[in-house]
Amino acid sequence: MKICVLVKEVPDAAVQKKIDPATGRMDRSGEKNLNPYDTHAIEAAMQLKESGAMAVDEVVAVTMGPDSAERALHKAVSLGADRSIHLADDSLAGSDVAATGYALSKVLEKEAPDLVLLGQQSDDGECYTIGAVVADHLEFPSLTQVIKIDVEGGTKLRAERQAEYGYDTVEINLPAVISVGDAINEPRYPSLKAIMGAKKKPLDKVSAADSGIDAAKVGGDNSAAQWTGSSEPPKKEAGRIIEDEDTAETVDQIVAWLDERKLI
Amino acid sequence: MANILVYALQYEGAFNKNSLGAVSEAAKLAAEIGGEAHAIVVGQGVSDDLAGTLGNYGATKVLNVEGPEGLAQPVVDAMAAAVAAGDYGYAIFGGGLLGFEVGAGLAARLDAGVAMEITAVRVEGGKLVAERPILGDSAISQISFRSDVGIIISRLNAFEIKETGGTAAVESLSVEFSPFSGQATMITRGEQRGADVDIEGADVLIAGGRGLGAEEGFELCEALATAFGGNSAVAATRAVVDAGWFPYAGQIGQTGKTVAPKLYLAAGISGAIQHKVGMQGAENIVAINKDANAPIFEFSDLGIVGDLNKIMPKLTEAVKAKKGA
Ligand SMILES: Cc1cc2nc3c(=O)[nH]c(=O)nc-3n(C[C@H](O)[C@H](O)[C@H](O)COP(=O)(O)OP(=O)(O)OC[C@H]3O[C@@H](n4cnc5c(N)ncnc54)[C@H](O)[C@@H]3O)c2cc1C
Ligand SMILES: Nc1ncnc2c1ncn2[C@@H]1O[C@H](COP(=O)(O)O)[C@@H](O)[C@H]1O
Repeated sequence: MKICVLVKEVPDAAVQKKIDPATGRMDRSGEKNLNPYDTHAIEAAMQLKESGAMAVDEVVAVTMGPDSAERALHKAVSLGADRSIHLADDSLAGSDVAATGYALSKVLEKEAPDLVLLGQQSDDGECYTIGAVVADHLEFPSLTQVIKIDVEGGTKLRAERQAEYGYDTVEINLPAVISVGDAINEPRYPSLKAIMGAKKKPLDKVSAADSGIDAAKVGGDNSAAQWTGSSEPPKKEAGRIIEDEDTAETVDQIVAWLDERKLI
Repeated sequence: MANILVYALQYEGAFNKNSLGAVSEAAKLAAEIGGEAHAIVVGQGVSDDLAGTLGNYGATKVLNVEGPEGLAQPVVDAMAAAVAAGDYGYAIFGGGLLGFEVGAGLAARLDAGVAMEITAVRVEGGKLVAERPILGDSAISQISFRSDVGIIISRLNAFEIKETGGTAAVESLSVEFSPFSGQATMITRGEQRGADVDIEGADVLIAGGRGLGAEEGFELCEALATAFGGNSAVAATRAVVDAGWFPYAGQIGQTGKTVAPKLYLAAGISGAIQHKVGMQGAENIVAINKDANAPIFEFSDLGIVGDLNKIMPKLTEAVKAKKGA
């Protein structure tokens, strides 16, 4: 069996994110890293493989993004993926969620995985929806925000997740697409050896044409959701900030603040 | 293409509040673009009477579909069938989880544009423009659609519920579900993990997050809530509920409760959007976090940068002393 894990390169959490005022796209310059939520998806794949619950032959990391995104694949491989695929093509730049999901599904179609795993959200895009888009194109059943996966009889998963009324348990037949919540596991740290060896593992760079992607459906101009401008939210008065140096004093200040507002 | 289709989520005989808000919003927008708001309900044996109550929020027609509940893909099938048979320019979803999944799946099915986390929609030249706050709500993107159908998924509590006293015609729509929709089966739904705590009625909420470090960390929150006394309670983030540290009934946010206490005090909570949407209506927001860059300080009235393990016990003593005085 084959598991494909979707991973993305995102600006490092410490980088102040901003928007390019000319295009409305995120300014993605600066330090970048593998989307932290995706490490949980890789870990989930590794645990399925190592536990023997599923006969996993291969874990393949897949990303769509600019040249620099290769580093996210190296990281994914250092965390255990056997090989990786980089969908890179200038024509894909600026694709919206629907176009990105479509493009990724074309790459996945060629791989014919038994299971597609992805993160609960991307640190920059925050749409939580790529999985649902990919699943519909692949015609696979799908579930997002999954925090527990049990394998039943090798071809069926029992998944748990929190939805709007509490926890749901759902049975899903493979092949399937599952986005995992960050509570599903504690991702491992890569060993030095794995980091050193990551660049030697096979990395396929594929173009939109290689993947059979319809050029009319991708890229900023062809995306169906169009950014048409941005504005500033109404300014909220900044709150008061106390740096805790002397805790007794801090607490006095908190109590005085609460007392002024008749909250005690 | 002037009509708007709204997904109305129902569970155990009641419609989700966010769905009702979406119906109200769609009715308002449809009137502005010269169309009607229609709702679609998918469920097992949903009565036409229940479906018809959506008329009171502005829907003129309700499509009642017999199908599995709690899973997104059957709803995508149903909405795609409704769009194929009707005259829809937009589909609108209230915030939650299923709405995100259904909306995204429908975008894929219809080759449509989708915008999520929408907090406002306005009409420009007869078309809808959606507003999405981004980058921790520091900017707002305006999004319009080039596809035949534009899909709008709102943020939790973005739309106001308005009762109109209207009525809706209920039609049943029979849907042929796609084979892959049937590959997922609900085994148990809506399991309430943990005790049944009440956070919606509280005036003071002491909320704890992953920064508490362990389940035992909640003792600090309980102690402070007890010190406040009266109508106070302890609440939590999804991170700690998923970890099993606190009951689901005490969770604030997108897939939990919406609260508006007089005082909300966060201990070790980062302030993720999905949490914020459930508590931003609080009158006074206080946050204790050791990371000066935590997003929660962006919307706190009083922010304390420091270690909760040092501050909470002393604060509890001070509140007790003040109460005793
Ligand atoms: C579809 C979807 C739905 C979601 N629904 C919800 C929802 O309903 N409710 C919800 O809450 N979340 C929800 N989430 C999850 C949300 O995105 C965040 O992951 C979650 O709110 C984070 O919880 P947290 O603040 O406890 O943890 P973290 O984000 O890990 O934050 C912990 C904070 O504690 C601080 N800290 C650590 N140690 C200390 C210390 N000693 N003293 C002081 N501060 C300390 C850290 O600086 C950090 O800021 C949802 C996510 C998705 C994708
Ligand atoms: N460009 C991309 N390439 C590969 N995977 C992606 C890409 N964008 C998003 N994903 C995956 O989809 C998940 C959810 O992202 P999002 O829907 O943007 O919040 C991420 O955690 C990734 O696993």
